[in-house]
Amino acid sequence: MAISSPERRVWWNEPVERLELIWIAVALLWGLFMFFFMIAWHFIGGQNLSSEAYRVVPSAYQEKVDAFAEKYTVGDESGTPIVRPPAGVDVYLLGRLWQWWPVLQLEKGQSYRLHLSSVDWQHGFSLQPTNINIQVHPGYEHIITLTPTEAGEFGIICNEFCGIGHHTMTGKIIVVDSKAEAK
Amino acid sequence: MTTFEGVVAATRGRTANFRTCQFTGLKVDIAAQRLIIANAVAAVVFLAIGGLMGLMVALTRWPAVHLLPAEWFYLILTAHGANVLLYWIIFFEIAVLYFASAVLLNSRLAAPKLGWLGFILMVAGAVITNVAVLQGESTVMFTSYPPMMARPHFYLGIILFAVGALIGCGLFFATLMIARAERTYEGSIPLVTFGALTAAIIAVFTLVSGAIILIPTMLWSMGLIRDIDPLMYKLVWWAMGHSSQQINVSAHVSVWYMIAALLLGAKPLSEKVSRGAFFLYILFLQLASAHHLLAEPGISSEWKIVNTSYMMYLAVLGSMIHGLTVPGSIEAAQRRNGFNRGVFEWLRKAPWGNPAFAGMFLSLVMFGFIGGISGVVLGTEQLNVLMHNTIYVPGHFHGTVVAGTTLAFMAGTYLVLPLIFQRDIIWPRLARIQPYLFGLGAAGISMFMMGAGTLGVARRHWDINFTDAVIGFQHSPGAFLMMGMNGISAILAALGGILYVLIVVGTALFGKKIVAGHKMTFPLHSSANVVSKYGSEGHIKLPGTIVLVTIFFLSFVLYYFVNWKYLSDLWLFR
Repeated sequence: MAISSPERRVWWNEPVERLELIWIAVALLWGLFMFFFMIAWHFIGGQNLSSEAYRVVPSAYQEKVDAFAEKYTVGDESGTPIVRPPAGVDVYLLGRLWQWWPVLQLEKGQSYRLHLSSVDWQHGFSLQPTNINIQVHPGYEHIITLTPTEAGEFGIICNEFCGIGHHTMTGKIIVVDSKAEAK
Repeated sequence: MTTFEGVVAATRGRTANFRTCQFTGLKVDIAAQRLIIANAVAAVVFLAIGGLMGLMVALTRWPAVHLLPAEWFYLILTAHGANVLLYWIIFFEIAVLYFASAVLLNSRLAAPKLGWLGFILMVAGAVITNVAVLQGESTVMFTSYPPMMARPHFYLGIILFAVGALIGCGLFFATLMIARAERTYEGSIPLVTFGALTAAIIAVFTLVSGAIILIPTMLWSMGLIRDIDPLMYKLVWWAMGHSSQQINVSAHVSVWYMIAALLLGAKPLSEKVSRGAFFLYILFLQLASAHHLLAEPGISSEWKIVNTSYMMYLAVLGSMIHGLTVPGSIEAAQRRNGFNRGVFEWLRKAPWGNPAFAGMFLSLVMFGFIGGISGVVLGTEQLNVLMHNTIYVPGHFHGTVVAGTTLAFMAGTYLVLPLIFQRDIIWPRLARIQPYLFGLGAAGISMFMMGAGTLGVARRHWDINFTDAVIGFQHSPGAFLMMGMNGISAILAALGGILYVLIVVGTALFGKKIVAGHKMTFPLHSSANVVSKYGSEGHIKLPGTIVLVTIFFLSFVLYYFVNWKYLSDLWLFR
């Protein structure tokens, strides 16, 4: 039994049942498939998280976000500026206790280089209801080339615990369809 | 072999006191028995504390109930993680290690006094961390990610606990050496001991990783170190945090094999395959830290893919092998026991009324279907972005650690009570339903949290209504339904948990003492003490197991591709 020593001293020479061999082969091949599918998705898929990141001093990041917001502010939502950058430029989003700042207005189908960082603790960028979730660290500036594929208002919530106000930390991305507006 | 002989000689001062078990014929060192009892009792105490905290967390996350205020919610959630994930499970695992070495090998336990030192360190550490959390200035969650800082004694408690557990592992290794030197068994160690050895080796890696990261973090909290890099912290902390879950896997797979052997007379289908599967754990499971770094900045895809897949899924292969060989060995044993009709008579006529078997088989099925499949999907490089830090993550690990490990350990307890505590189980009717009640609740909390996470609900979050947020957000009605169902499931699991604690405490204190000739309420298999029935199972047809693993494999493939479909619908990012 499994609680007593193997019957034969040399158990590693015993033949293995065919059922076990088949299952091992199936499981091994499935594992290899899943492994290579991750690699393949980098070539065939449209959703791969960028590894482009830089070390940044939090106060320096704050200045960049402020300059960006000042340049492109078009409105205001409950005290947070709504920022509409032209298509294709670098876009900055800041996580801090307890808001995502500023509100971004993007165009459907256009690509933006989205910079993400925090000036205090770790935060979790969670775009809803789309469900894109990315960790945000202080001291690291993560750059993702993002292309919204649907128009509408999207919430950003925080899904990394960041203290007593964690559940009040929200933000927003508004995606407009300029072609639809033109019609 | 000087160290070898040294260890044996150094512990030779003690004359061990043995009794012979009337059910299994094993020689039990009384010193080992006392340590097993102490660790098991401590485990159950922390399960009771941590489990009730878990119930409070789930009731707070049920929007219609919303039990605790925010401050208390985050505090209790921090303590819940430490008490159940670390203290309950590792105390029980230390008991398993002493059992699998001293008892199964008919050996004396090495240095029981050191075992008591380890035990005291573990208890002290667990109490210190709990005090730190309850004092209110260490609400940093169990993971304590910097730059969020806890008080120094929060880290100190975990470090002391880890040192105590390391001593336990050391005693396990030393006992193996003594048993070998004193020839208390013939040939190789039993499969269950081999699995426990796997767990102990991974435990050393894990506990040392914990010390490597928590000692500097404690010094940082004391103001002696200026800065802890948050990414580096995550890499090393999860070498403890995730790899320690692989201790659980090795330990509970060993418990599965042990229960199947004692209740049904099951042998491994093949010693070579089952041991090979454990060996794959030793080689590859430690790469799992990567599962927590898939959504982080600045880590290359090459590193993520190799590590997150445990080097081409070779550790997943190990678990899939056990997924065949455990039910396979049960089917083979049952067919030998005479239940040979049709495809599933062996399963229908299994001892479902015995809580040890029921808990073990539910644990096997739920660990595979709920915890296992969701874990692979969650740990796929690109798919992770769909669920990272959503409540899907706790859904997954409640499938592995609650429905899998905790239920397996509960099942094991129904054997530890008569065999080690030597008390017969009280309230057999309630004991019979306990694993089903707890299992149903555990399955519910896992699946409903996974469902809510798929709909975007965040983990570790007090208010899914975002009432006080400046910019509001509304989750879909489905998310609220899922969180409500999660609350109901948590009540079921808590009832099962309370029942378990009452049965264990009641049996330990008031259960009928087992004396010579006693008939157990939940009897062992008649061959449990026949030493000649060991070795591999040999040729036998296993149609039922083939059906079970086919269903498992198809579910796995289907769920995997459904998630790729979800991913392909997201916005584009690169």
